[in-house]
Amino acid sequence: MRAELLTELLKAQSEKRAVASATRLSDGLQKLIYPTDKSEETWIFEATHEVLASDRSRIVVAPDGSEWFFNAFNPPLRLLVVGAVHIAQPVATMGTLAGYDVTIIDPREAFASPARFPDVTVRCEWPDEAMTALAPDARTAVVTLTHDPKLDDPALIVALNSPAFYIGSLGSKKTHAARLERLTAKGFDAQTLSRIHGPIGLSIGAKSPAEIAVSIMAQMTAVLRQ
Amino acid sequence: MSDETLGHDQVLEQAARWVASGHGVALATVIETWGSAPRPVGSQLAIRDDSTFVGSVSGGCIEGDVVTRALDTLTSGKPEVLEYGVSDAKAWEVGLACGGRIRVFIEPVTN
Repeated sequence: MRAELLTELLKAQSEKRAVASATRLSDGLQKLIYPTDKSEETWIFEATHEVLASDRSRIVVAPDGSEWFFNAFNPPLRLLVVGAVHIAQPVATMGTLAGYDVTIIDPREAFASPARFPDVTVRCEWPDEAMTALAPDARTAVVTLTHDPKLDDPALIVALNSPAFYIGSLGSKKTHAARLERLTAKGFDAQTLSRIHGPIGLSIGAKSPAEIAVSIMAQMTAVLRQ
Repeated sequence: MSDETLGHDQVLEQAARWVASGHGVALATVIETWGSAPRPVGSQLAIRDDSTFVGSVSGGCIEGDVVTRALDTLTSGKPEVLEYGVSDAKAWEVGLACGGRIRVFIEPVTN
């Protein structure tokens, strides 16, 4: 790889732009292709879209029979956490370790302090405003942890109206049943509401905030990868 | 965070830092896997001219050989495709204990 190509690749990543590298295996000829790059030959353009959409790098055989390796460099998955509560701290740490770009949302200043959440983005805003601005996509997970309806519900409404790949909501079975009733009254049908994982996390008997974070991250990983 | 847990991009970031500080650097990338390969396609290892490395292309089974071969590309300036399979009875032979097979592309970072 040419050093200038490496620099360009890292620049695209820091700008959170999706890009693929295409390498001809016979001689190492290489280029970077952006999904918007319509000047490329059709097969390169299509291969780029395919590896980025599936997030699976792979070898593609060119029309001339040569083997090319397409490596997908998508921006990191996002994890939006509503509620800057104690459990959010290990979720932020573990989410970062797992490669997520983590954002913590809480309008309560005492909770949403950057000192409590070093190395992640903290937005001291109302969840509906912050969530709308952040526009969850299919590479976004949303976790609500306040179990306060006036904070969790508006965030869940934005999440349910988005293609977020994972939605999880902390609270007991009783809390979750009440939550589903409120959201049903807002017009969501049962199938849509079944996207919410509640009570959140895999059932592993987690007790401490860190253990609960493990169960949440495990469930999120299962939904993402299985 | 230890080097072993570095993600995709962090491996390349480290490679770029090494290049900027004047080191020779090579990259190894998993380009194809069969069976139960330890690391997915796209996984990368960055190798510095003094044999320091970050990232991974396997669970540690073939890194030693990949580092040696990557250092050769720094001299030759030419990329290469390597293939690794299951190690046989000879324990010192380079191979994958998991029974998988992988192809690795190694290339020097050039100016």
